[in-house]
Amino acid sequence: MNIALRSGAVVSAAALSLLLAACTPSNESGATSSSAGNPSTGDAVVELAGTLNGAGASSQESAMEAWRATFQSENGNVTINYDPVGSGGGRTQFLDGATAFAGTDSLMDEEEYALAVDRCDGDAGAVHLPTYISPIAVIFNLPGIDSVNMSADVIAQIFDGKITSWNDPAIADLNPELDLPSTAITMVHRADESGTTSNFTDYLAKASTMWPYEKSGNWPNSLGESGPGTSAVVQIVQDTEGAIGYADASRAGSLGTVALGVGDEFVPFSAGAAAAVVDASPLAEGANGANDLAYKLDRTTTASGAYPLVLVSYHIVCQQYDDANERALVTSFLKYVASQEGQQAAASAAGSSPISADLSAKITAILDEIAAG
Amino acid sequence: MTTTHDRAVGPDEASALTARKESSADKVFAGLSGTAATAILVTLAAVATFLLIEAWPAVTDSAGTLAARVEWISPERGESLIEIIGFLVFGTVLISTIALLIATPLSVGIALFISHYAPRKLAAGLGYLIDLLAAIPSVVYGLWGAIVLIPALQPFYQFLADTLGWIPLFAPGEDGTVSGTGRVALSAGIVLAIMVLPIITAVSREVFLQTPRLHEEAALAMGATRWEMIRIAVFPFGRSGVIGATMLGLGRALGETMAVYMILSPGLSYTLNVLQSGQHNTIASFIALQFPEANSSGVSALIAMGLALFIITLLVNMLARWVVSRRAEFSGAN
Repeated sequence: MNIALRSGAVVSAAALSLLLAACTPSNESGATSSSAGNPSTGDAVVELAGTLNGAGASSQESAMEAWRATFQSENGNVTINYDPVGSGGGRTQFLDGATAFAGTDSLMDEEEYALAVDRCDGDAGAVHLPTYISPIAVIFNLPGIDSVNMSADVIAQIFDGKITSWNDPAIADLNPELDLPSTAITMVHRADESGTTSNFTDYLAKASTMWPYEKSGNWPNSLGESGPGTSAVVQIVQDTEGAIGYADASRAGSLGTVALGVGDEFVPFSAGAAAAVVDASPLAEGANGANDLAYKLDRTTTASGAYPLVLVSYHIVCQQYDDANERALVTSFLKYVASQEGQQAAASAAGSSPISADLSAKITAILDEIAAG
Repeated sequence: MTTTHDRAVGPDEASALTARKESSADKVFAGLSGTAATAILVTLAAVATFLLIEAWPAVTDSAGTLAARVEWISPERGESLIEIIGFLVFGTVLISTIALLIATPLSVGIALFISHYAPRKLAAGLGYLIDLLAAIPSVVYGLWGAIVLIPALQPFYQFLADTLGWIPLFAPGEDGTVSGTGRVALSAGIVLAIMVLPIITAVSREVFLQTPRLHEEAALAMGATRWEMIRIAVFPFGRSGVIGATMLGLGRALGETMAVYMILSPGLSYTLNVLQSGQHNTIASFIALQFPEANSSGVSALIAMGLALFIITLLVNMLARWVVSRRAEFSGAN
């Protein structure tokens, strides 16, 4: 009797654990590697289910909203969370194993690549996938003028306080057809650390010889006006005649924008022009193999019609996920993100520039490889 | 016999009952208020401990690892952590001082009007309105300041610089102009002044209303005008209260984050020039600006700044207490 009772208890405990195991992938966070499902049943996952957690750059937040909404409505049992904590925080959370993927505006450094090898299953570490390209517009407020041509040198001198009025010969020479006023230039930049500033100063440092500072997420000089966040910068430029600033192109609204000097021509920002510069750029040194699409943006490109002032935001994913459910979730979600529909959804929600068909195909191939396990 | 017995015991029992009742209620209440008082101390100690522990890595950093990990700390540009804290303490104190210089005379005037000049009905309505000012969230003040007030003030700033530019405070830039947007320390000070006005007014009004009627009547009986009565009877009595009120206002101004964050074009310098943008910032606003993108070292450095603000606020409050207690003896209040 004692034995019978015990065996009964064992059976019910086994049944309970089976039940729990069966429940785990469907409503618990199946994406966390701790809940590694049975390898034999794992490959049989047909319908996507579970929770996928990501964190990182706030630049792709509105695009991510659109991606999440569409993907979740197409896959009813999937929940995707994205915490816009910032690029640095996103990479840290990913490397700590708290999230399945990270969003970031800046590339991992050597140390982080090494940490990624420990964090990810297998030895292949993690790779960058550029899925969000957003042109940065140089915006200005001059009544009646929609577009001004400027070379990188002129922009650098304006933002370093060397050119202080709109009818300065340096600007006038590039715009013979415009009647520029003598209004004083009020330079406006971001007051907080941001990826936009980082990409803007990177552009100035590389494309101009007149910019004495290096790339940095914090504005390097103490000149001009500043505001916290994109909205504040746009607001100040709107309120101040003669103001010039930089902001995500989708927020330029009715303000005038600068056409950048590229080679012998002047290129206003456009979706195609922004995607073109990424295709024209080489991969960064120290990238993690052929699957790591970490670009070293070519700010000095002379490719016709390319707009080199862009922000590229990446998703960082492991090259190997042992948990089949997590693997399926990560790869199918990011495949959607990199697809034409996903890119169009981001373009209409966030004003980003869809990545080129070539790049989209490359990313899909890499994700297929990861999905194959 | 029975009745005497009853009589002898009855009151005893009753008094014992009440005594027991009182003592249990007493105990509960003493316990509750004791807990509340302790909770404040524990919270304060917890905050101080948190600040110390979290700030420790940044404060004790000597190898320069902080500068390598945090982009906005660069000793070679004269912006090491301690130097930045210095700039920020200066900015915080400067902007709070501007706010107090504007708010204190205004508040005392409003409080006097309410307590001694206005008809009773008007006084009640006005007091209510002032209290209402305190209920407006600071982010709304920030928005209003950034979008409405500052553009309106900018021409006035240019006028100030043109006419009073010889005062270092109002000196224009090299090209003879002030900030084109008005996002300067003076704007932040003005908006902060409006924000601290209600608390200074409310406390001052209460203090002025406490002036002994006899003092006032004695002054009037000696032939003093209303203004003279206020000068010789109300002010001496209320001085310590007004100082206390000002210090309360200073406490709020020192820690105010959102309004400064939205109004000021921040920068780091020791200049007194309050009409130039990109020169000043406050500790609280700096923390709010840098926190979102900060890594662990950055957070530690920001918390070290929080610790500095905590200490300043403590010092201000201790100073206020000391001033009030010193003044109390001479105020004539007894």
